[in-house]
Amino acid sequence: MTQVRLQVNGAVREAEAWPGESLLYFLRERLGLFGSKNACEQGECGSCSVFFDGELVCSCLVLAAAAEGAQIVTVEGLEDDPVAARVREAMVAAGGVQCGFCTPGFVVAMTGLLRGNRHPSDLETREALSGNLCRCTGYVRIFEAVRRAGDALE
Amino acid sequence: MLRLPRLRYLRPATAGEAAASLSKLGSRAMFVAGGTDLFPNLKRRQFEPDTLVQVPPLKGVRRVDGHFEIGATVTLAEAAADPGLRAALPGFAEAAGLVSSPPLRNAGTVGGNLCVDTRCNYYNMTYEWRKSIGFCLKKDGDICLVAPSSPRCWAVSSSDTAPAAMVLGASVVLVGPDGERELPVAELYRDDGIEYLAKQPHEVVTAIRLPAPEGLLTAYVKLRRRGSIDFPLAGAAVALTLDGPIVTGCRIALAAVASHPLEVPEAGAFLAGKRLTDETISAAAELAAKPARPLDNADLTHFWRKKMVRVIVERAIRQAATPSTT
Ligand SMILES: Cc1cc2nc3c(=O)[nH]c(=O)nc-3n(C[C@H](O)[C@H](O)[C@H](O)COP(=O)(O)OP(=O)(O)OC[C@H]3O[C@@H](n4cnc5c(N)ncnc54)[C@H](O)[C@@H]3O)c2cc1C
Ligand code: SF4
Ligand code: FES
Ligand code: FES
Repeated sequence: MTQVRLQVNGAVREAEAWPGESLLYFLRERLGLFGSKNACEQGECGSCSVFFDGELVCSCLVLAAAAEGAQIVTVEGLEDDPVAARVREAMVAAGGVQCGFCTPGFVVAMTGLLRGNRHPSDLETREALSGNLCRCTGYVRIFEAVRRAGDALE
Repeated sequence: MLRLPRLRYLRPATAGEAAASLSKLGSRAMFVAGGTDLFPNLKRRQFEPDTLVQVPPLKGVRRVDGHFEIGATVTLAEAAADPGLRAALPGFAEAAGLVSSPPLRNAGTVGGNLCVDTRCNYYNMTYEWRKSIGFCLKKDGDICLVAPSSPRCWAVSSSDTAPAAMVLGASVVLVGPDGERELPVAELYRDDGIEYLAKQPHEVVTAIRLPAPEGLLTAYVKLRRRGSIDFPLAGAAVALTLDGPIVTGCRIALAAVASHPLEVPEAGAFLAGKRLTDETISAAAELAAKPARPLDNADLTHFWRKKMVRVIVERAIRQAATPSTT
């Protein structure tokens, strides 16, 4: 086991990890942050999306040991984020949530998109969210939620 | 659940130390940069190293006399967004921006993309899947499941940036335990699905050098099932120089139609000295598609992929020649 120390959602956290443990596993099983979901574990679905030093990444493909000293923000850390708050409301209002398994990952990715661009074109939205898969909604309502959240942020 | 195996993880401070570690540990160790190719592969037990050696940060996109030097750990997102690169070498920037998905481009690196493992439908599968169907040559087995009479592996070179670099006459900087050397990207690959890289396993790619002469026109067109995420089913990179309407030089290379990025010099040579017309473009594309031999080991049918090579080469030539209209 190795000791890993990093910042998660603004607080310094420390725990043991076995070498080869993914950041996703570390967040869920060591730190009890279950918002990041564990689905494909191969970078295909985006349900494990987090911000790593401000960049959107799939935490299933990051070693916990490689996150030593990094700043991680998970969906839980977006609780008081003004952009994420509009995204969550818009997801509910537009019907962008069905089973909900993909939702935390989408909220993280949508927040990242809208931080840089309040009114992305349809193509920009599709591209920005293309690392996130949803098996339920057919995406149309998720794209609608991006537009609503963008408008609400004006 | 797909877990990484138990691994030792080393974080050397310099490329030289990384090379020295690997040279000492031999085949038990592998380099990792962004991990977006290696980790899924390790989770499926396509490699079984006991140690991973992190490629240390090698950042920066610099313009030095007539070429770009890109650090090996510059992410694909950074390369795709670099304003200088986009303006001078849109083909390479575009190829970087068409790899995988936004979160993976934030982690995946330019160096990792050049060294990305070859792919095959019988190989990029979980350990249990491969065991149930019978292992193949590339890992744990002794026959090729795509071409059973073949003594070799035909896994597909799937890097988008490699052909885009090749048509520029790019080279990589390699650091080994005993020093540094430069190798043309065209010589970085071997025609073999298993031993697909010609560099020594302990050599770290530290940078890629892309010549960017004035007036060079470039493009990369990628074929895939979905508009994002998917590996290339084929890709066409073009670098072109024009004197008025006349082509003075043209290089074309293809992604995902062989075990290595495939340059097709006949097609480029055919266009040299000619005007770009519907006829010459179509004839060049025909020539470019000839040596492409997609096999039945990737997505969709290989007959269709073969036909589409001509189409994407045409598109890439047109896009290079008329950047503003695409
Ligand atoms: C869902 C999904 C979709 C993808 N789609 C594409 C795609 O469309 N096109 C594409 O080209 N790739 C694709 N990839 C593969 C991968 O994301 C990219 O190729 C990426 O650029 C790899 O870079 P990396 O830094 O993550 O490499 P790593 O995974 O860290 O390494 C890849 C290989 O290169 C070696 N390596 C890495 N850096 C160096 C170095 N500096 N020196 C020597 N050896 C090195 C490693 O040992 C390993 O063998 C996809 C991956 C996933 C999971
Ligand atoms: S081409 Fe043949 S040997 Fe190579 S990975 Fe595929 S099935 Fe295995
Ligand atoms: S669990 Fe990480 S991308 Fe699917
Ligand atoms: S709501 Fe069920 S997967 Fe997206």
